[in-house]
Amino acid sequence: MQKKRIVLTFPPNLVEQPITYHLVKDYDLMINILSARVTPKEEGKLVMELSGKKRLIDEGLQYLSNLGVNIQPLAKDITWYKDKCTHCTACITICPSGALALDRKEMLISFIKDRCIACELCIPACPYKAIEIQF
Amino acid sequence: MAKTIKEINEKIKRGSAVVVTAEEIIDLVEKKGVKKVAQEIDVVTTGTFGPMCSSGAYLNVGHSKPRIKLGAGRAYLNDIPAYTGFAAVDIYIGATALPDDDPRNQVFPGGFNYGGGHVIEDLVAGKDIKLVGIAYGTDCYPKKKIETWINMKDLNEAVLFNPRNCYQNYNVAVNLSDKVIYTYMGILQPKLGNATYCSAGQLSPLLNDPYYKTVGIGTRIFLGGGIGYVVWNGTQHNPMVKRGENGVPKFPAGTLCVMGNLKQMSSEWLKGASFTGYGATLTVGIGIPIPILNEEILRYTMVKDEVIWAQVVDYSESYPQVKPGSLGEVSYAQLKSGKITVNNKEVPTGGLSSYAKARQIAELLKRWIKKGEFLLTEPVAPIPSVESNIHFKLLNERPI
Repeated sequence: MQKKRIVLTFPPNLVEQPITYHLVKDYDLMINILSARVTPKEEGKLVMELSGKKRLIDEGLQYLSNLGVNIQPLAKDITWYKDKCTHCTACITICPSGALALDRKEMLISFIKDRCIACELCIPACPYKAIEIQF
Repeated sequence: MAKTIKEINEKIKRGSAVVVTAEEIIDLVEKKGVKKVAQEIDVVTTGTFGPMCSSGAYLNVGHSKPRIKLGAGRAYLNDIPAYTGFAAVDIYIGATALPDDDPRNQVFPGGFNYGGGHVIEDLVAGKDIKLVGIAYGTDCYPKKKIETWINMKDLNEAVLFNPRNCYQNYNVAVNLSDKVIYTYMGILQPKLGNATYCSAGQLSPLLNDPYYKTVGIGTRIFLGGGIGYVVWNGTQHNPMVKRGENGVPKFPAGTLCVMGNLKQMSSEWLKGASFTGYGATLTVGIGIPIPILNEEILRYTMVKDEVIWAQVVDYSESYPQVKPGSLGEVSYAQLKSGKITVNNKEVPTGGLSSYAKARQIAELLKRWIKKGEFLLTEPVAPIPSVESNIHFKLLNERPI
């Protein structure tokens, strides 16, 4: 059983096709949509977590790729710049998933990538631009 | 038994001064008692690293050939206007200044990505800065336009001069309205969604010397990674607020005007900051050493987060409309726990002042003093305290 977080970019011609349906039906994948931005006749972007057998995840991703969907692992998209962070802790009440965590003894922030759902709420909250998201 | 700063400096020069931070002193006194520790400890170091908007630097960029009079002309550093109401080549760049074409809040909330504070950080980091100057020209200063790179190492003077820094305590901000608000205290979620605070608490310089008995005009400090001096009280200095039994103000109180040679500072401790929907500013690192001259002064440095109180203020309505009253008092221990209770609701807390960096500053200053690299100074004049009867006034608007 494997989990994978990915960012899918759908070109305009695919936006109105029920593609994620096939990931579930044909590849037996559990999908959890973390965020979605879909505009009819324009580009569509989905951030999702896929769970399932490794072979089926690979096949499912190949299916998407063959259709022309652009796939990017989520891990590459969010960067926490440790050197820019001043550990002011302005971000911790903004982050809904606990990806930005505070060690209250050391009063130091750390970024737990696995918890990040790419909601982007932290970005305007950080005065030092220590978090960047590249979609 | 009382020590003098002169005696402490002799010990520092010999490398035998006993120095601890304002955090370490707390446990030390609990273990050994006030009397013993007052004899043993020579200096307690404090620190803070937070956004301080009333900051800036004046520069003398040097004369061009032929000469140009930037004074009463216009000057821009990386497209950000600098103040030119001085002589020919003296300009002042303020922390919150923005480029003329920055959209500010026209597309709400604005990003304020690059402002005066960022220019100062870049200048201190040794980066080349674009200087554009427009002058009206005189017989003795004929040049009317200049466009050149400048670098800190080439400037005659680059002096950090901050009219208001080092706030003695501050508010805790919340949002009672039903919309997100964007403030200098950060992004505040609706209906008490979060609370923000801005103080180093028990490490904070003026909270460890609440009546300004040792800090005064001429006090040598850690400023922006180098040496600086307290030169006056800061603007809005307000010593007469309500204080706890330990003398620590429960409302924003004293402030300091500080200055120092920018050329020996570091961008590690002077950072440009952007507050979404609010503006740009400069985050400043300050550390002040407190000479333990007697038991009374030691008692002030013993202060801990549990007994430092701040007011919870609504920034959606009360603060902007200048409505008095607070939603209650909370301690910095409560704030740092991650949750406070306001109007029977549990509210998560976040900070704007870095406690981790305040600790580093207190440690650094401690190390400088122990190594004999930093001597304390005797203030040449005091900062007005509670006998001064100085009260912070609002603007008395009188129609023209």
